[in-house]
Amino acid sequence: MHRTSHRSNRLLRLSAAAVALTAALSSPAIAADNGKFRIGIVTFLSGAAAGPFGVPAANAAKLTVEALNAGKLPAPYDRKGINGVEIETVIIDESGGATKQTEEFRNLVQRQKVDAVIGYISSGDCLAIAPTAEELGVPTVFFDCGTSKVFETVKNPKYLFRTGLDAVVDNVAAARYIVETRPDVKTVASIQQNYAWGQDSWNDFILALKQIKPEVKVVSEQWPKLAQGQYGAEISALSVANPDIIHSSFWGGDMEAMMLQGAARGLFDKRTAVLTCGEGGLDHFKGQVPNGTIVGGRGPFGAFSPKNALNDWFRPNFTAQYKEAPTYPAYKMVQAILGLKAAAEKAAKPGAMPTADQVVQGFTGLTFEAPSGTVHMSRAKGHQAVQSVTYGEYQHDAKTGKASVAKLKTYPGECLMPPDGTTPADWIKAGFPGAKCS
Amino acid sequence: MSILKNFSSPTPPALLAAAAVLAAGAWVLPAWLTFLLTLAFAKALVVLGVVIQMRAGLVSFGQALFYCVGGYGAGLGAQYLGLTDAFALLAVGTVAAVAVALVCGFLLTRYREIFYAMLTLALSMILYGVLVKSSALGSTDGFNVAPPSFLGWVPGGVEKKRAIYLLTVLIALGVALAFHRFLESGLGRVTEAVRENEIRVEYLGLSPRWLLFANYVAAAGVSALGGGLTALATGHIDPDMAFWTTSGEFVFIAILGGTGHVVAPFIGAIVFSVIRTFAIQEAPNLWQMTLGIILLALVLFLPKGLWSLVQRRRREIAATSGQPATEASQSPKGISSPISEKGVRA
Repeated sequence: MHRTSHRSNRLLRLSAAAVALTAALSSPAIAADNGKFRIGIVTFLSGAAAGPFGVPAANAAKLTVEALNAGKLPAPYDRKGINGVEIETVIIDESGGATKQTEEFRNLVQRQKVDAVIGYISSGDCLAIAPTAEELGVPTVFFDCGTSKVFETVKNPKYLFRTGLDAVVDNVAAARYIVETRPDVKTVASIQQNYAWGQDSWNDFILALKQIKPEVKVVSEQWPKLAQGQYGAEISALSVANPDIIHSSFWGGDMEAMMLQGAARGLFDKRTAVLTCGEGGLDHFKGQVPNGTIVGGRGPFGAFSPKNALNDWFRPNFTAQYKEAPTYPAYKMVQAILGLKAAAEKAAKPGAMPTADQVVQGFTGLTFEAPSGTVHMSRAKGHQAVQSVTYGEYQHDAKTGKASVAKLKTYPGECLMPPDGTTPADWIKAGFPGAKCS
Repeated sequence: MSILKNFSSPTPPALLAAAAVLAAGAWVLPAWLTFLLTLAFAKALVVLGVVIQMRAGLVSFGQALFYCVGGYGAGLGAQYLGLTDAFALLAVGTVAAVAVALVCGFLLTRYREIFYAMLTLALSMILYGVLVKSSALGSTDGFNVAPPSFLGWVPGGVEKKRAIYLLTVLIALGVALAFHRFLESGLGRVTEAVRENEIRVEYLGLSPRWLLFANYVAAAGVSALGGGLTALATGHIDPDMAFWTTSGEFVFIAILGGTGHVVAPFIGAIVFSVIRTFAIQEAPNLWQMTLGIILLALVLFLPKGLWSLVQRRRREIAATSGQPATEASQSPKGISSPISEKGVRA
């Protein structure tokens, strides 16, 4: 009998502990209804993608939200916060894989009660989050990820938006730029990180290039693994193959390492590299990469951004606060926040807390202004942004030590994106029907 | 007391009661918490696979292999075989994992200690490498798994996640009951004997290699169930499931929970998930460090895992009541962690 009483005693304590735990777990939800518009921001704060992408994006989010809450942005964003309601951000680290991110996305929405989520750099995370966002019915804005499969996964999006371009667009533009600026190109080679981004980028690029100029030959494909760091063997192979053009979707530290190692070994003396993410490295190359290297910025961002009132506010303020010029991920983050603000203010009554349905209604098919120029949400039934893409050549001025881009060519979105209902691969293979390149 | 008499140990009725409470929680607990528990239980199934190998003195640093096979089995079954039923999808993954284990087991059971750990790790990394190079399967992006049906029933809205949660609780209960029987059985006990002295077990007329083989295959099956449930719950699979850090996480949870009881991995997985999610929320820039420090402290002060708290309490009860506490006395060395084990043997 002793044992039974002890057991029931223990059961009592255990259940008391369980109740206490449940209470502790439920408490953060109460803090949520504080009358502020809460935005969950998800971006890499640790890992390889944090330095080049995640942290600049998080910094841009902080800068923009602070300025919005203080009402310091130029028109049309001079109304405080979002629709007069103060913005509060909840920043979450994107690292850890898609399984963890779906769990944390649910926690953001259901525990932290955010009113909208802006985030995701990794394409895998975007694919995993897309159906979850639709299921939970919270306005979700993908600001950076480049996979073209997001709106193939969710065919009839309601809550899901992407304010950035996909990677197909970058590579179609890169192919056009090469053919226009180097009409006698005969051979190309590729060096890509061996993961989804690298594989997709190369497939899209070579498909587009062969469509425009069928006689081009591929002489070498190099597939080093992600974060390999040393590219000696690949550089030798590329030198031996001796292509006119070397296409690479490398980014961040890998891109800088590969370019420095290749330049030191004369790989780019007679061959031109095309870096679809090259804009992110402009401030880091320091003249160690040959002038004339073709760089892209995944849209009209960073060094390719136009002159307008919003950019005149954003660029100097960001540079002053973070001691570095804003690169494309920073621009894309501001764009996502401003898109959300414009959408909410279009549909909600002035001064009132915008509801999810109002945000979604305002966002669908929206045209809004950003530091990168005008953004049209005109693909994927009004959920995918269309913008122009600019490519140019890297120029380093030895006297001032400043990097710039020259020989710019801008391609409008209508020239690079298929109409709704056609996959990019089919569209390219059919010869870009309906493309308006003017 | 009268009902309890029908059971040889207090564990099965306690498991049934816990499962009933958790199942009822599907209508009470906040949605995020049931989702967290779904993933934690799925993870615990894999950890259970690690734990039964640890009890035999082998640390698998590649259990993610079967977690991934289970997940991809479910995903590919939905994508290419057109299956939608949750049970069928889980079965595809589990059968595939058992088939893989039947082949790999012949090789692995020849090795012990660090060689076993490294070989299991190598096998899981081979799968990772193959998946990363498979553009058709989405490479590192992976692909999505559509919400399943349940024996013809297609849930909608909030019912979807609730159904998967209940399925996970049900499977976890079944597995826990079965593995409890296994650990208490002669076979289960002999695996511990293999750890202590393999030659003596052979002298007893048993084949340690076949025991370890059976153990390995059982671990593979249960890990694949965990992978399949994760795929169905999150609706997405990617090669990270097979990456070595994923295996490391399973080993860590095994050490955190302890190896002394079938419930220990479940406690470990829940504690790990709760600490992690709140570390991410409260310290977005320092969550890995926060998690690391808390877990390091737990390991330092509870070297035999969280389960040792329960066991210590049982010994106290046994001491005060003058009766032997059933399970604690049955396996006094049952919860020694593999690390201290190595030290003792060296």
